[in-house]
Amino acid sequence: MSAGLVFEGRDLRFRYEGTERSALDGVRLEVNSGDLYAVIGPNGSGKSTLLKLLLGTLQPTGGSVDYSGQRVDEWSRRALAQRIGVVPQGEETVFPITVREMVGMGRYPHLGLLGRPGAEDREAIEEALRRCDVTEFAERPISKLSGGERQRVLIARALAQRPTTLVLDEPTVSLDIRHEMEIFELLAELADADGVTVVLVTHHLNLAARYAERLLLLDRGIPAAEGPPAEVLTKETIERVYEWSVVVRGHPGPGRDEGAPQITPLSR
Amino acid sequence: MIARTPLRLLLLAIIAAAVLLLSIAVGAANLPLASVFDALMGGGDDTTRTIVLDLRLPRAIVALLVGGALGLAGAVFQALLRNPLAEPWVLGVSGGAAVGAVAAVVLGWGLHAAWSIPLAALLGALLAIGLVLRIATHAARGLDTRILILAGLVVAAFFNAIIQLLLTFASGETFRSAVFWMMGSLAAASWSSVIVLSAYLIPGIIVLLLMARPLNLLAVGEETALYLGTRVERVKLAAYLVASLLVAATVAVSGIIGFVGLIVPHAIRLMWGSDHRLLLPASVLLGGGFLLAADTAARTVAAPAELPLGVITALVGVPLFVVLLTRRAV
Repeated sequence: MSAGLVFEGRDLRFRYEGTERSALDGVRLEVNSGDLYAVIGPNGSGKSTLLKLLLGTLQPTGGSVDYSGQRVDEWSRRALAQRIGVVPQGEETVFPITVREMVGMGRYPHLGLLGRPGAEDREAIEEALRRCDVTEFAERPISKLSGGERQRVLIARALAQRPTTLVLDEPTVSLDIRHEMEIFELLAELADADGVTVVLVTHHLNLAARYAERLLLLDRGIPAAEGPPAEVLTKETIERVYEWSVVVRGHPGPGRDEGAPQITPLSR
Repeated sequence: MIARTPLRLLLLAIIAAAVLLLSIAVGAANLPLASVFDALMGGGDDTTRTIVLDLRLPRAIVALLVGGALGLAGAVFQALLRNPLAEPWVLGVSGGAAVGAVAAVVLGWGLHAAWSIPLAALLGALLAIGLVLRIATHAARGLDTRILILAGLVVAAFFNAIIQLLLTFASGETFRSAVFWMMGSLAAASWSSVIVLSAYLIPGIIVLLLMARPLNLLAVGEETALYLGTRVERVKLAAYLVASLLVAATVAVSGIIGFVGLIVPHAIRLMWGSDHRLLLPASVLLGGGFLLAADTAARTVAAPAELPLGVITALVGVPLFVVLLTRRAV
């Protein structure tokens, strides 16, 4: 992977049509190649909106986004899809479709309209199924899966793209401890071993603190803090943004993330 | 896995071919299959050749084309609107076509030339497509499929009111022929309709078949389709326009034939899943075969009277579909 900036957002502003308040105002972010970058913040703080600006789905009302040194709206959708795998939130399937078919769609950007899937495509699909632990129900219809299984299938679809950048909107919602940890371990491995740049939105402050190189904390559309977890996740900042009392302690270990700030909300 | 698709399509093609032979053999004069073959090869006696080549074969081909186009358009509309209840007529095309045809009947144009009713129906269908598109794109930036379906509904309702208004002033005989037209019939099929229809339908069918992958993605969701490299707005507009134009062409030749476009794609989905690379061509083949079988029944069951085709497709299609649906639920 070439070093350098993958995403660069400059003074991003966005306001949804017909609303008074800006969803985002003055957001600056730089995501380095191979980093795991987490966007955190309370509900409605503009996290998903920020992802959509980064992906070029929404056009900012102010400021600009570069992807790999070029304005994101100057990229063709197909070229972006060959590089960026996206795990969106709240996707619902209406028609019967199997896990394998769904994951196979991750190869479409590499195939075009008529290209026939080759050995590399099949390999990418198998690998994605295996890494997300969904191989055993590859032939099952999506509608028969649990919420957590479905989530892993969507991640597998993004991995099948063999992306250099992965963008995930709350990927571990409704996963149990093992599968949640496996997803974070997988994302960390993709970032460390494969050099994939990972940007994710999450409510899981403690996991973000353990796995992310950098965090961006949004507060009602405005960046409240940005930097390494230890700088962002301080008692003062968390209490101010989330309006709840917490204690912050170092992760007891063992493990490579020993000492990462861990937040425990206090009862009233 | 990969090789299953061609095999399944081959199976459907064989079924359609068998229905074709059967359909040519049966009718007012029942012909043995051997003489059907002879006539198709240009042999046999003159009467048989006339029955086979000039009467039954063109009508059978029209049935295959119309049924194929309706099955395909249904599958495309279902994916585009992400709605399993969508069918070729859901976006108001039938209403427009019916207004055109009924106006032609009521105003007596049908007496002057055989092509005036098809032409009036086509113009009405195109008017409806234009109106729906205009409303849908005006109400939202880009083509919002939720608004598209609403626009289709209100345009259809509006045209229905006009039809009822026209029929209020129609005489008994005109009323009857207008209502018959709306139930669909292939009785007017000829070689010239085969030629016009294939020149029009076949390119449209090919364009839609090529859109299988983008439609797979659209059926999952527009956001996902975008992230997997689809130019979503362009695909939606192309799918909508091409499918609507296909339907408009069928309505001009055959009137409004219901249920094919709803039932055929769902039958394929229930049997073989939703991958549009199989679903779209399979809907063409099964739609064609099914409509041909229905038309054969329509012209033979109560011969010499002809039953309305739309009635047969519903009477036969619905029970078959229910069987599929309930067997699947096990």
